[in-house]
Amino acid sequence: MSSIISIKNLHYTYPGDEFESLCGVDLEIEKGSFVAVLGHNGSGKSTLAKHLNAILTPTEGEVLVNGMSTGDEDKLLDIRRTVGMVFQNPDNQIVANVVEDDVAFAPENLGVEPKEIRKRVDNALKQVDMYEFRLHAPHLLSGGQKQRVAIAGVIAMEPEVIVLDEPTAMLDPKGRAEVIDTVTKLCREKGITVVLITHHMSECIGADRVIVMSSGKVIADDSPENVFSQVEFMKSEGLTVPATTELMFELNKNGWHLPLTALGVNECAKEIAKELK
Amino acid sequence: MSEIKVSGLSHVYSADTPFEKIAIKDVNVEIPHGQLVGLIGHTGSGKSTFIQHLNGLLVPTSGTVLVDSVNINGDKTATRDVRFKVGLVFQYPEYQLFEETVYADIAFGPKNMKLTETEIDERVREAAALVGVGEELFERSPLELSGGQKRRVAIAGVIAMRPGVLILDEPTAGLDPAGCKRILETICDYREKTGSTVVIVSHSMDDVARIADRLIVFNHGRIRFDGTPEEVFSNPKELSDIGLSVPAPTQIAAALRELGVRIEGSIYTNEQLLAALLKLKKEDERNA
Repeated sequence: MSSIISIKNLHYTYPGDEFESLCGVDLEIEKGSFVAVLGHNGSGKSTLAKHLNAILTPTEGEVLVNGMSTGDEDKLLDIRRTVGMVFQNPDNQIVANVVEDDVAFAPENLGVEPKEIRKRVDNALKQVDMYEFRLHAPHLLSGGQKQRVAIAGVIAMEPEVIVLDEPTAMLDPKGRAEVIDTVTKLCREKGITVVLITHHMSECIGADRVIVMSSGKVIADDSPENVFSQVEFMKSEGLTVPATTELMFELNKNGWHLPLTALGVNECAKEIAKELK
Repeated sequence: MSEIKVSGLSHVYSADTPFEKIAIKDVNVEIPHGQLVGLIGHTGSGKSTFIQHLNGLLVPTSGTVLVDSVNINGDKTATRDVRFKVGLVFQYPEYQLFEETVYADIAFGPKNMKLTETEIDERVREAAALVGVGEELFERSPLELSGGQKRRVAIAGVIAMRPGVLILDEPTAGLDPAGCKRILETICDYREKTGSTVVIVSHSMDDVARIADRLIVFNHGRIRFDGTPEEVFSNPKELSDIGLSVPAPTQIAAALRELGVRIEGSIYTNEQLLAALLKLKKEDERNA
């Protein structure tokens, strides 16, 4: 598959800072893939995310979106149409008093025909399972519902990539599951490329690829199974691994022989049951 | 140290308007001295409304809240006193830092209590030490700190008032695993050193399972479960029906039982599950 985003030797220093926040990142993100980005606070993962739709532009190096450089101001609109962003706090992203108006905001600004807007808004709300709430007031929705409306607002622009920066940090377990299920479905069924930045290891289990950032660099980039089986490495980075991996890791220390790649609860239980028989 | 007694507490938002909403209904709960309580429930279940009653930020539509046997809404003095007795740390408290220096921010609460300069200084240093904010940061602007540091400064500002009850609304939201761990250790440490009552609102079942003595689960403005983590997490189906989950180790234990593995007792931490599995393996080997 071809890359939709190519990052080449990306360096970034915030204005006034002495130190680089990103020091030489090289990444290729494949079209249609689901990529999770992990890293402790201050590791540079949000700074990286902001480079994907030109909210920030490189101090050195280059970010290409569908071949367009984010440093090229003439391409700014095209880049932002290609890559949509969803942020942590749903309340800061909602602008209208009615759900469907909120979702229509972006396509309206892009100058899309009214008829086409209607179609896109309905489609987007259906895809995030919020169509029946189209006439509701956004501030009366739950956190998970608001975040899904924010995602619908992004989908209505018909982007090829959605970047989500800790979209579940403020949500309860049900809201978290709703958001993760929604983006997984968008990726698997609609072929939208998803870049998910998160602190919750369990949300990365379904990703194609997990990227771990530390001190502005990519320090691991592999399948979730291969990344999480490096338990000691992850802990040394101030991160954790899913509870399943943690348990199997501890059992192995006690002489068991479990494959640390069984990330799901049921897979993990199966492996443990095998060992006990 | 303080104790809380809530009786028949109800709260209705926008009463007598078309937007009337019953947020909590007939809540009865007693929290004794020094208990660490985890408060859980999905968004909109009423838990935030509930905690705002514990220090008089919201006034009950009906019912009473007693802190150390004093009705906190009884008169003005009682309402003022409870603000110092019950410290409330809101969600994302780092957005509420506003002073020019870390020291001044932590000192803001004690200053309002009309303490002497020496007492204020003593409390600021004590609170900063408790949350692990080094004195070398005192003259820095709070805005220059990292997210985890900011949050610890905000918590220090509340505990500098030496509240008998400390309430924290999702103290770990948005922090990385190392930051979460440090905040939870700080809270446990604070309770141990001061004997304070602590109430933590959390969406992380794994966190509350590890540290709380007691869990109170809200649903639709009422208390749905109230008991030890062991008792509460023995209802996985009901919890999932109300939009919550059980800790991951409890899920793994349930999956194992389904596969015919005889795991005894209630499991809600990885340590318990590990011990149970190691015991089973030993028995297997003895029988073999």
